[in-house]
Amino acid sequence: MEKNSLKAWLYLLPAILFLGVFLVYPLVDVFIYSFEEGYNSASQTYFGIGTYNFSYVLHDPYFLQALKNTLILVLITVPVSTALALLISVGLSSIPHLKQLYQTVFFLPYVTNTLAVGLVFMILFAKTEYSDGLVNVLLSLFGMTPVDFLDGPYAAKMLVLCIYTVWIVLPFKILILTSALASVKADYYNAARIDGTPRLRVFTRITLPMISPMLFYLIITGFIGAFKAYSDAVALFGTNLNTAEMNTIVGYVYDMLYGDSGGYPSYASAAAVILFAIVLTITVINLLISRKHVHY
Amino acid sequence: MKVVLDHVTKAFPNRNKKLKQDVIAVSDFTYEIPDGSLIGLLGPSGCGKSTTLNLISGLLTPTSGRILFGDEDVTDFSPEHRGIGLVFQNYALYPHMTVAENIMFPLGNLRGKDKMSRAEMRRKAEEIAALVQIEAYMDRKPSELSGGQQQRVAIARALVKMPRVLLLDEPLSNLDARLRLQTREEIHRIQRQTGITTIFVTHDQEEAMSISDAIVVMRDGVVQQIGAPQQVYNDPCNLFVAKFLGTPPINVFDGSVSDGALYLGEDRVLDVPCVPDGTYYVGIRPEGFEIRADGPMHAALSAIEVMGRDVSVVAAHPACTTDTLRAIIDADETVGLHANEIRFSLKPSKVCLFDRRTEIRVRTDK
Repeated sequence: MEKNSLKAWLYLLPAILFLGVFLVYPLVDVFIYSFEEGYNSASQTYFGIGTYNFSYVLHDPYFLQALKNTLILVLITVPVSTALALLISVGLSSIPHLKQLYQTVFFLPYVTNTLAVGLVFMILFAKTEYSDGLVNVLLSLFGMTPVDFLDGPYAAKMLVLCIYTVWIVLPFKILILTSALASVKADYYNAARIDGTPRLRVFTRITLPMISPMLFYLIITGFIGAFKAYSDAVALFGTNLNTAEMNTIVGYVYDMLYGDSGGYPSYASAAAVILFAIVLTITVINLLISRKHVHY
Repeated sequence: MKVVLDHVTKAFPNRNKKLKQDVIAVSDFTYEIPDGSLIGLLGPSGCGKSTTLNLISGLLTPTSGRILFGDEDVTDFSPEHRGIGLVFQNYALYPHMTVAENIMFPLGNLRGKDKMSRAEMRRKAEEIAALVQIEAYMDRKPSELSGGQQQRVAIARALVKMPRVLLLDEPLSNLDARLRLQTREEIHRIQRQTGITTIFVTHDQEEAMSISDAIVVMRDGVVQQIGAPQQVYNDPCNLFVAKFLGTPPINVFDGSVSDGALYLGEDRVLDVPCVPDGTYYVGIRPEGFEIRADGPMHAALSAIEVMGRDVSVVAAHPACTTDTLRAIIDADETVGLHANEIRFSLKPSKVCLFDRRTEIRVRTDK
């Protein structure tokens, strides 16, 4: 037994070493930085220990803007993308023909280059001297006034960011949900059919509970992913996100470290810790809810 | 409710698309199942018995032929309009619902004048649960029940709407030997108590023979023989049925008839005055042998197995199509089992002759 556990530790050592150096150590370090006031990474010095970093970040209008943006993004894209993915997956699993073709079509965005996607969104939404963008052309067909989606009102910019995010995360969710739906045994549906169960009741009482573990997995990872949003905003609005009012929390952390106003690892760490606290809280709440509603 | 199958045929398109020919899963099945009877569909896997059950349930529609419940033609009815209860091989209990919720689920689908209140549904579910004796487990999840209990829940769910016909697909195949014995009696009791016409599918001949009013033996989609279990056992219509029924299985010999006498190898074992000369397959049930010091059949004794009440004698005979033959004899017949050679006489009623080419039974009595 003793020998065995020694062996086990030996086998685990490489993984523990790597995780320790590249995951645990930085994590602990960030936590320490966030309490060290005025930390200077070049001279490795700081003035004192306290909660000033947090107070600064929480009073920084840029951070509050980033927090607001991130929360809106999370609250809109997670439910919308999950519901849309569920709808499309159910549709996909109930069509008899061309299933593979549609599955491929819906999965394409997942393997498409992000920059290429950004370019496509530019063509759709960007307003230039030469064109109003495809969406504006469509809007004007219905007699609506063109909107500058990428450089105009806040709501328009947020809308584009939300659409972009939903579009990016959709393929993976569809993939997971179609395989979850396919794994529900046909006998359950046959049993329900023999009892004359209406389709809606089959969906709510049988299908949904059966795929609920996967659904909750997607919701939890969806929340975490949306809170960590950054690259999507960059792809649409460039790196100067604070001016565009489109910054996210991760963007704020990045700016504090390397941006034009950068060089403040203490503030960056404090913001990162706040993000961590938010994500942790939401995930715990999610898990508590899922424990009540996911049955097996 | 009597169930009538009238020339029912089901063909599936061939999996191999290059072959245009359809696969005939059930071929020209005609049988009138009497009201309130318990019928076993029996055959090896792939014989079309499950397809037949699904045709009766309406999950499949026949390629040709009609299916009638009583005098009502239900061929074109979808499953929910046929008034059937179906118990699936793996029970298909909804894992996220309790036993009570599972049983009440079909009742929740009733609409219009049949719509039930929750209290009514609960009362009805408890009634059925008492019938199948699972009333103590109403608030458990299926995963917290044993296989036998899950089976009862599945039966309760199928029965709760009081179907006209109850269908069971391999009801005992997921249970261990002891539970199987108990559950098959349970199915028999429930069927007797409710009087619902019940059809079940099995590949286990013992299961079918023990509780059925009649068994239907199928092979490759074709019905071989229909009848009361004992009658089919005693009077098989062909070699397949004879081999399929009975444990231990029937012993098959290469035999020949000349001048009204049946020969197994050199041994002139039986007089069969009505059978024309020629070579035949000869099937002899294990209980068809009697040990006689002057018996006409000589065999080399290989082993004696005593299993409780039965003594089974394993012996070799040159004409036997398998290595050894197996005879079951009474315990008090064991005298003279020391020698290497053993001599049998045969009970004529336990000996069946089959045509060598068609394998159809050749009658020894006229």
